[in-house]
Amino acid sequence: MSDPVLRLEGIVKTFPGVRALDGVSFSVMPGEVHALMGENGAGKSTLMKVLGGIHQPNEGHIFMGDEKAVMAGPLEAKAKGIVFIHQELSLAEELSVAENIYLGELPRKSFGRVDWSTLEENTNTILKKLNVGFDATTRVGDLSIANQQMVEIARALTVDAKAVIFDEPTASLTDAEKSVLFDVIADLKADGVGIIYISHRMEEIFKITDRISVLRDGQYQGTVNTRDSNEESVTQMMIGRKLDLSRNASHHELGDVALEVRGLSCGKLYSDISFEVRRGEVVGFYGLVGAGRTEIAETLFGLRDPSGGQILLNGEEVRISSPADAIARGISLVPEDRKGQGLVLGMNCRDNMTLPQVDDLKAGPFVAEGAEIAIFDQYRDRLDIRTPGWKQQVGNLSGGNQQKIVIGKWLSMHPNVLIVDEPTRGIDVGSKSEIHKLLRELAAQGYAVMVISSEMPEVLHVSDRTVAMYSGQIMRTFTSDEVTEDNLIQAISGIKSGQAA
Amino acid sequence: MATLTKQQIGSVLAKQGILIAFVVFIIAFTIANPRFLSPDNILSVVRSSAILGVMALGVTFVVISGNLDLSVGSMMSFSTIVVLDLHDKIGPAMAIPVMFAMTIALGALIGFLVGYLKLNSLIVTLGMLSAIHGLTLTYSGGQNMDIADKEGTWFSVFGQGTAMGIPVPILIFVALAALLGLVLSKTAFGRKVYAVGGNGTAATFSGIRRARTVFLCYIMSATCVATAGLIQASRSLGSQNTVGQGLELEVLAAVILGGASLLGGSGTIFKTVIGVLILGFIQNGLLLMGLQFYVQFIVTWVIIILAVWLDIAAKRGKLWSPIA
Repeated sequence: MSDPVLRLEGIVKTFPGVRALDGVSFSVMPGEVHALMGENGAGKSTLMKVLGGIHQPNEGHIFMGDEKAVMAGPLEAKAKGIVFIHQELSLAEELSVAENIYLGELPRKSFGRVDWSTLEENTNTILKKLNVGFDATTRVGDLSIANQQMVEIARALTVDAKAVIFDEPTASLTDAEKSVLFDVIADLKADGVGIIYISHRMEEIFKITDRISVLRDGQYQGTVNTRDSNEESVTQMMIGRKLDLSRNASHHELGDVALEVRGLSCGKLYSDISFEVRRGEVVGFYGLVGAGRTEIAETLFGLRDPSGGQILLNGEEVRISSPADAIARGISLVPEDRKGQGLVLGMNCRDNMTLPQVDDLKAGPFVAEGAEIAIFDQYRDRLDIRTPGWKQQVGNLSGGNQQKIVIGKWLSMHPNVLIVDEPTRGIDVGSKSEIHKLLRELAAQGYAVMVISSEMPEVLHVSDRTVAMYSGQIMRTFTSDEVTEDNLIQAISGIKSGQAA
Repeated sequence: MATLTKQQIGSVLAKQGILIAFVVFIIAFTIANPRFLSPDNILSVVRSSAILGVMALGVTFVVISGNLDLSVGSMMSFSTIVVLDLHDKIGPAMAIPVMFAMTIALGALIGFLVGYLKLNSLIVTLGMLSAIHGLTLTYSGGQNMDIADKEGTWFSVFGQGTAMGIPVPILIFVALAALLGLVLSKTAFGRKVYAVGGNGTAATFSGIRRARTVFLCYIMSATCVATAGLIQASRSLGSQNTVGQGLELEVLAAVILGGASLLGGSGTIFKTVIGVLILGFIQNGLLLMGLQFYVQFIVTWVIIILAVWLDIAAKRGKLWSPIA
């Protein structure tokens, strides 16, 4: 093979009190897809910021080809041919696809007028390559998230890229959209571009990458050839131990029915939903995005009025009018959007954790801060939340620790029914397995738990029973003995199996 | 111990930027005019800042909850006119509670529109600024309001009295600041105000009644405005309909100078008090330098923009934004 397009040598980056990167060295060859893996907080983002010119390394060098490269800022990194496809989109929704793709570099005619026809033509050439279903003049705000991501990718293709960095590109993509993305990556690869691919999703990593480099706590753990490696060994490099995703096989005594739903409907979102959750049981809800799972959770939490049907708590019919009402009845919801719905990022850990019960923790007219700290300490220890202390702003914690704060917040309410929506979205493998273990433990302690997840291994691993949903309806409820990956996929795709009751 | 790193200095600057600016600024004015730091002058600055300060305390709640209140100036005019008018009609002892009730009713209306109907607070309070001004003029018939017997009323105690040598307006300001400081930092309500302003959706998902919290913030604001109107009326015992005009911007300036974010979720009562004092000392310093009072309008805003800029610069560690 020829020279690497990009080579890192002994990169060190320190922040006050933290050695975020500690001697990271690896190289990306032309036409190679190079996975960068590591838990949240392992230093991947910092490394990308160093590559993108946002941070300057304290030690070490970046080489592009055989030239030493100093990335003084984002524009310089781009000029040198390093292009980022970010997980979080940075598009102007009100502008057209073409304007977004060429933002800042619109083709001009005389007197600074925009050359619209050239702009449209160039854009459509790129879009054709991507095989997408929209054109240059579409308003970006009208596109789905997945298509918006395609616009980001199109933007990257306008530059003469030497290295393209994908940061969790598939987080919000459907399978069909993923395969288009992988085709694009294959094209880039064929053109001799070096690709760094950051993802938590093992299947993808093993499907499309050539080599894998792993970071742990800012330290470079090594690079392996993908085909000589497997999920287990990579996980071990990342966390120093193994992730257990075996099928749930626990069989403890179930208690009374804590929550029962009969014929619940909500307009077009879902209809005729019936299920029950017993104490000591984890019921998993599996389905595609938009199948109505989150909307059911929102109804149970008082955020969305049902249009029909009944909700029974401990056998008694209830009307839940608001989240405050749901909480008072012992229903807790760990929402799917941790940062948007779960946490006040600017508040400290303690205040976030005790927020739902701040009215009840009283010392005279004031909040009993001692009691709050006691609650925080208890759940920090129980959930192994890693933070310098309760005063730490939640926004500064890693995704896994943030999620544990949200879980701690609701466990400290001692709920009758705990609803967990996408418990491990966007968090690292280590925290993931701790959260899975916790959910099982909670069931064993007699909690009634509802888990909504879009990850099949997760659902199979934690659930006693699995409810398969498709397009607002329950297709089938499986016990853990009945469920297989095949029949579950069939059920959530809307295929009714012959023997289904 | 021996040397502070650049980053440590940066973080101290970011946290205490406004306070440091305040100290630098006091030293500069004191060098220019030694009388600036005399006890008499300090007392006079604080006294003249008390009305603005009392209003800023209430607005701090509104701003932290993620909203604005631009109606406080004209609402203060309303309170002043109403209490002066009622003073002669039903006596001061009745006039004060009735005026408070009427002002708080206005606050409740704003709180209902912004909190429960979820209308944009800028639009609502800008509209109320104008509407309340109209209401005041309608009430007074456009006439100035004066108390008939200015010598013989105990009503003057709130604006002109002293206790232990300290002017009563200062005592009211300090007591209210201490009380509201505790409410904001120590009570469940205060915590909810921060949560609603920091992330309203997450607050809702935690069972906090967001509309009620915002509503109560406007009630707080209106109560403070009524108190300010009481001090104003008591100090002058007569007033024009426009006595509070323009104060809404000065109040907002003091709250921002104190470092509360207009996006909500941050700020403290203590910082607002500092902001009020900075504003008061700037205006006083300029007068002592012999400048015409209207120069204040220009200089005040230049300083405010500089202060906000330095505050943001200290937080991001750069004078210029990294993203152009």
